[in-house]
Amino acid sequence: MRITTDLELKDTPGQLVLALQPISDFDGNIVSVVHHRDKKTPRGMIPVQVAFEIDRDKVNDLIDKLKKNGIIVARVGEERLRESGVVMLIGHIVHSDIRDTIDQIDATGYAEVVDLAMSMPGINQRSSARLMINATGKKEMESAVDLLRDIACEKDLLLIEPI
Amino acid sequence: MKKIRISIIGFGVIGSGVAKAISKKRDHIKHRYGIDLDLVGIGENNGGIVCEKGLDPMEAYNLARSREMNKHPCWKEDMKGIKVIREVDADIVIETTPTNIDSGEPGLSHMLTAFKNKRHVVTSNKGPLAVAYKELIRAAEENEVQFRFEASVGGAMPVFNLVRETLQANKILSIKGILNGTCNYILTRMSTEGMTYEHALSEAQELGIAETDPSYDVEGKDTACKLVIIANDIFGIDSTYKDVEIEGITGITLESLKLASDKGYAIKLIGEVEERLIVAPRLVPKDHLLAVGGTLNIMSLNTDLAGEITITGKGAGAIETSSSILSDVINIAKL
Repeated sequence: MRITTDLELKDTPGQLVLALQPISDFDGNIVSVVHHRDKKTPRGMIPVQVAFEIDRDKVNDLIDKLKKNGIIVARVGEERLRESGVVMLIGHIVHSDIRDTIDQIDATGYAEVVDLAMSMPGINQRSSARLMINATGKKEMESAVDLLRDIACEKDLLLIEPI
Repeated sequence: MKKIRISIIGFGVIGSGVAKAISKKRDHIKHRYGIDLDLVGIGENNGGIVCEKGLDPMEAYNLARSREMNKHPCWKEDMKGIKVIREVDADIVIETTPTNIDSGEPGLSHMLTAFKNKRHVVTSNKGPLAVAYKELIRAAEENEVQFRFEASVGGAMPVFNLVRETLQANKILSIKGILNGTCNYILTRMSTEGMTYEHALSEAQELGIAETDPSYDVEGKDTACKLVIIANDIFGIDSTYKDVEIEGITGITLESLKLASDKGYAIKLIGEVEERLIVAPRLVPKDHLLAVGGTLNIMSLNTDLAGEITITGKGAGAIETSSSILSDVINIAKL
């Protein structure tokens, strides 16, 4: 999942490393760091905004570690459904219950089908569907595609994944 | 001037194309590299042409095109492929017989016989490499001869020589791309002209882009063979054709291409080597480097030092494939 945080650092050397190193230690992937060196918060601290990808179950431990390092964690926000991807399904999509297929993705809690376009050329002919899926992060998108792969296999559909 | 004696085994479209290319480029190679390529033998499944003093490659090409090889003064019915390899004193055997992915034959026996007789081998034939890569490499090493197969993947596109001679310091992390021009042509025509799969396939067959039995291409088997060679040679993954997960393009509907196109995607048959070997149709953004059309091949190599390197070129055609074969021949001759 992707997290954005507002951190406050003491105005002394080495503080940025204390803020970023734990993210790396918890296998997080830093996406962006904005270091407002010229600004000060009312508390006299330097504000830093950091966005990163991290496993959901590591977030609390990471925040504890940051606090132990003397970093003030002013805000932690999860960016919902940041990742977007398109997949295609080919086969007997309606007869294999497209509603169930969508429900299974939506039920994950981390991914949703947000757009569906279908083409059904004729009775008994294979249909084609384009699904747009939004997910909370890259890993979650991969998990949603993994799930869809299993569903496609079970329902004998051809899944075309993005490159 | 270093004289290099060559025999060509399998004198179909590719083999005779190599003869034509030798005829065309012989002077250039002489002046540029001091290497004189001398064609001394041709082996086919119904006989062969042997001329120890050297034969005219263009004459052989013309006779092959008019299916009159047996009219050559040096034609001998008992001089079939394997006998030419054993008995004709050639430095390099160019093996260009048709690909067989089940047994690798007759190419596999040709290559092993050439090694045993201390001859270097250059080939475009994927079959033997896809079924017995390790055995072939070992046999070449044991007999202290060279074995090169640049033309087996991507036709004119340099893949193995690029990695071996230019990206030596790099670790190749992954490779993906379009490795079959027939599939790319069919999908491109379906997408741009709104043709059905059957229509696009018939057109490809008429143009000679697809074989009469197109299953080897459209079911993804050809791409899979190429991935096996890449996996073995570039990644050191001990694999054969059976290790590839394969989905071809026969299930792609016209409607799916339209729906994909509406959102800015093309559907391409992509071969990928990373942790697994996978051939599957994939959604590729139309502005992506890999979204080339027509019969083109393209490959992206993800490397640790150079980052991403992408190469593209004609993946088939006799003269284009000869470019890769001659590059292997010259590299061996320079050793």
